[in-house]
Amino acid sequence: MSENIESHSYDILIIGSGGAGLRAAIAAAEGGAKVAVLGKSLLGKAHTVMAEGGVAASLGNVDPDDGWETHFYDTMRSGHFINNYKTAEVFSKEAPQRVLELEQWGAVFDRTPEGKIMQRPFGAHTFRRLAHVGDRTGMELIRTLEQKILTTNVDVFQEITATKLFLDNGRIAGAVAYYREDGRFALFAAKAVVIATGGWGKLFKVTSNSWESTGDGAALAFRAGAELIDMEMVQFHPTGMVWPPGVRGILVTEGVRGEGGLLRNSEGERFMEKYDPQRMELSSRDVVARGIYKEAQAGRGTPHGGAWLDITHRGPEYIKRKLPGMYQQFMALADVDITKTPFEVGPTIHYTMGGLKVDAYSCATNVPGLFAAGECAAGLHGANRLGGNSLSDILVFGKRAGDGALEFIQGNEGMPRIDEGEVQAEIQRVLAPVGKEDGENPYAIHERLQEIMADHAGISRTGSDLEKGLELILELKERSRNMVAPGSRAFNPGWHTVQDVSNMITLSEAIVRGAIERKESRGAQWRLDFPDELEEFGKVNFVHKLEDGEVKTYTSPVPEMPKELQELFELGAAPGVAKSGKKE
Amino acid sequence: MAQPAQAVHGGKTGSAWWVEPYLTVLALGLFGLYSIWLVFFQHTGQFHNYLSPFFSPTQSWGIKVLPALWVLWVPLLFRATCYYYRKEIYRGFFHDPMACGIPESRRKFYFGETRFPFIWTNLHRWFWYLALVVLVFLWIDAIRAFIFPNGFGVGLGSIIMLVNVVLLTLYSLSCHAFRHLVGGGSTRFSCADGSPTTRYKLWRTVSDLNQRHGLFAWISMFSVWFTDVYIRMLIYGVIHPVRFF
Amino acid sequence: MAEEITLSVFRGDRSGGREQEYKIPAMTGMVVLDALHYIQAHQAPDLAVRWNCKAAHCGSCSAEINGSAKLLCKTRVDDYENEVIHVRPMHTFPVIKDLVTDVSWNYEKLRQIPAFQPAINAPFTLQQRDVDRLQEFRRCIECFLCQNICHVLRDHDAKDAYWGPRMMIRISELQMHPLDTADRLDLLKGAAGIGYCNITKCCTVVCPQGINITENGIIPMKESVADKYFDPLGGLVRKMHK
Ligand SMILES: Cc1cc2nc3c(=O)[nH]c(=O)nc-3n(C[C@H](O)[C@H](O)[C@H](O)COP(=O)(O)OP(=O)(O)OC[C@H]3O[C@@H](n4cnc5c(N)ncnc54)[C@H](O)[C@@H]3O)c2cc1C
Ligand code: SF4
Ligand code: SF4
Ligand code: FES
Ligand code: FES
Repeated sequence: MSENIESHSYDILIIGSGGAGLRAAIAAAEGGAKVAVLGKSLLGKAHTVMAEGGVAASLGNVDPDDGWETHFYDTMRSGHFINNYKTAEVFSKEAPQRVLELEQWGAVFDRTPEGKIMQRPFGAHTFRRLAHVGDRTGMELIRTLEQKILTTNVDVFQEITATKLFLDNGRIAGAVAYYREDGRFALFAAKAVVIATGGWGKLFKVTSNSWESTGDGAALAFRAGAELIDMEMVQFHPTGMVWPPGVRGILVTEGVRGEGGLLRNSEGERFMEKYDPQRMELSSRDVVARGIYKEAQAGRGTPHGGAWLDITHRGPEYIKRKLPGMYQQFMALADVDITKTPFEVGPTIHYTMGGLKVDAYSCATNVPGLFAAGECAAGLHGANRLGGNSLSDILVFGKRAGDGALEFIQGNEGMPRIDEGEVQAEIQRVLAPVGKEDGENPYAIHERLQEIMADHAGISRTGSDLEKGLELILELKERSRNMVAPGSRAFNPGWHTVQDVSNMITLSEAIVRGAIERKESRGAQWRLDFPDELEEFGKVNFVHKLEDGEVKTYTSPVPEMPKELQELFELGAAPGVAKSGKKE
Repeated sequence: MAQPAQAVHGGKTGSAWWVEPYLTVLALGLFGLYSIWLVFFQHTGQFHNYLSPFFSPTQSWGIKVLPALWVLWVPLLFRATCYYYRKEIYRGFFHDPMACGIPESRRKFYFGETRFPFIWTNLHRWFWYLALVVLVFLWIDAIRAFIFPNGFGVGLGSIIMLVNVVLLTLYSLSCHAFRHLVGGGSTRFSCADGSPTTRYKLWRTVSDLNQRHGLFAWISMFSVWFTDVYIRMLIYGVIHPVRFF
Repeated sequence: MAEEITLSVFRGDRSGGREQEYKIPAMTGMVVLDALHYIQAHQAPDLAVRWNCKAAHCGSCSAEINGSAKLLCKTRVDDYENEVIHVRPMHTFPVIKDLVTDVSWNYEKLRQIPAFQPAINAPFTLQQRDVDRLQEFRRCIECFLCQNICHVLRDHDAKDAYWGPRMMIRISELQMHPLDTADRLDLLKGAAGIGYCNITKCCTVVCPQGINITENGIIPMKESVADKYFDPLGGLVRKMHK
């Protein structure tokens, strides 16, 4: 039986309608290309909408000493120097322009007394750098891009899931996708494809991520021959909600600490003094997350195994104005009034630093015509992402990916050919579980995968745990081939979960393999059996490739910084601080 | 696709959503009947230095109408076009809708405020201007209520009339049209040096009052009513005036 | 709290359907969306419900719970102690399947609103007080619960005449922007049909973001329309003022 399917043809196909995808679409459309954007959910509801704290850019509106050099310095340092310096350099140089552009398109940021865009402090940023709108910055960002897209000539396909990328003689040729609404398929032929599908935080049970974060795009591109890098680097945000169980993992924005929130253990001690006496609560995320974890391990945790976060000293009015979302979230979901009492927080999976290996300037992957931007791409954040850097990441590299794709199609004008047989085979594969009753329940497989990841590749790792984890994942991979989705194709979440889980299993394997190879502790990777950061591992990234259906892991050297950039780290203080002559 | 009737009103299933619209109908209905009775069957609202708000001002500059009708149409239309009363009226009298999510019986021929008669509600601001003129007279009456034949004094009636005119003033100043006029209609709230404009400060004040506009609407209506009832009872000699000093 | 809770969930599609009962174990602090997820994982894997963030940020999970228009992820199960929890899709939009409705009409209308047209290039100098009003409206998560409850759309099905409260505050936010130069008053009075709103305020009641849609958005816009079309005198005064 062969499906009759809807067929489209575009210059540039963008998979993902989060911040990165929308920004790429705007760039591509402004360059005159015929563009389509696909998203798994409705427009404006992608994962980006959840970002709270702010977007990092060295506008220098409150701290005039700030500049791209200091932002670059902070980013590299937090990434423990395994980031791609070229990526970090263009990033810190272009972030301010991208933020101002949003204002031009209608975004309304909080203001300083001088009437400029307000910037707040955030963990491990030397200066007050995060442009924000209360605690709903991501919403402002995606709404602005949504509104821009709606008045730009771009075709938006909502609630549609891409399942496979096609190649034509090694060059990208397009993708096939199904509409979630009725399970109907559509083929998108395209001269260039941009992957902007976000991260894979749903690999873990305790996560701040939305359901969309299942790493589809990274897995699709990986299967099409693209390389993954730094996969072992998975960020724990130090402060997620821990109680009640239903909300476990939901994010408590770093903005709470940015606005002065204090962390205490069950004995009332400000324990961050022990782990980072200088930056205290505003240390980098890996350090704070480990701090909370260690306190709980040592028996000094809160009743539900976290730490107390206290913002009451800022007074109810201030809290309600600056952190209205947090105030409401705790009132509605936990019956806690954060203006009156401290509340419990604990580490939650938040961000995936690893992803598709891309060129720093064009965002091109190693597959000709295939580009990637946003959380699904890697290189900027290294071993640990700075808060606020992701929103500027998706803007800067969203645009660059759009531009990169434009440039590519100018040199490769012909429409590539997609093999009809391959398309039909893919459709049969995707449809196989539909309507079947006997087999594995995809929800149960997902839950099992989450357990394995938490137990074997969580916040603290050891070689033997990881090896065991890998074994379990490979077993689960076998089981997952037999997943079923009773019911019809029409909006069938069980069936959707089958696709998501397959993608997550693919990525989990790369995560564990990377973590096994990196025999040291660096940033988000904390190996109990190798507690120190080792110089030799600071020189390499781990790269994964799919060869004949097998995941192969290689090392690749970390690009070396030119002298003038290296000098930025030899000033004895952050560049902006050193220049102004003030002490850090 | 038909779904059974379901109520949405912020509260839970079974809560008494119909109480509010019926109370509205009752209160506004009674007030309306009372006004009609005044217009057709009462010729004065004067008791010495007290004057019922329904009959103010007394001078008619030669225009011959029923004494109560001479001004009554102003506050009546002012209130009928008031954004707050409109809500209550549409809900209570027209069931458009009775309460949120309560299905309406008439599905066709809804034109909202786009056609006669409700398009007239757009003229609300004009009635506000006129109501302000009336308000000036009411203030004069309230002051007169403190001037007795033997000079300054305070009676129960003086206090009632003062409270009434204060409530009416609050009602008028908290008006949405006024809020728009005074500053809401402008988009710039800051001077070049970053300080707030006067219009902004006014707008803020009126906005604060405006939050209680519904409350002022009800209590000022009842105070007008009550003031008239009090004075009418004095006129009929049912009760005797009370003087404090 | 009861050990077991009973939900009665609408199952069906464009052609019709009915409520079906599910019994599930209660958990502390559970929201209705959690309960539906439990049903998906253990009893009905194909139960369709739209959601995304589970944190009241994205506005995907709009539905009607025991007759009230709410977000599934923000409504606690223990608000309905000893009651059956009836969950139904939004009434105003066509059902796709179970709790999922077709809200595409809203995006069509969003597309028809003329975009922000700033007078100058960023960076802008704007005081917080200049943007407070806009920020209130920009809190909107596009859950379309207000559109769902608005009687003009819900009972009179006047979607061709009135664009609904969500569009009204979107237009308000643009009209109130200190730097915007476009004029949307003709649109408001014409195609967008602001006159159809009779300010009965159900939109404001249901808005999960607490946006004061009527007092701060629709009424000021009605007044702006009155400025232009019903108040030649006031218009003249304002012109001289400028
Ligand atoms: C609670 C929370 C708070 C955060 N706060 C901040 C913050 O304050 N500052 C900051 O900088 N960062 C923050 N982040 C991180 C940041 O929000 C994300 O990293 C960023 O938004 C990712 O954007 P993106 O465009 O790459 O992907 P996403 O926004 O995740 O978008 C992915 C898109 O791809 C689509 N998609 C996925 N798979 C498919 C498929 N198979 N077919 C078609 N489409 C598909 C999805 O539907 C979606 O539209 C936060 C994250 C969370 C969870
Ligand atoms: S106030 Fe207007 S927009 Fe809001 S629900 Fe009522 S009629 Fe609809
Ligand atoms: S205004 Fe409120 S109810 Fe309406 S769509 Fe926005 S958030 Fe939802
Ligand atoms: S709005 Fe009520 S008096 Fe004007
Ligand atoms: S799931 Fe995002 S608002 Fe409920």
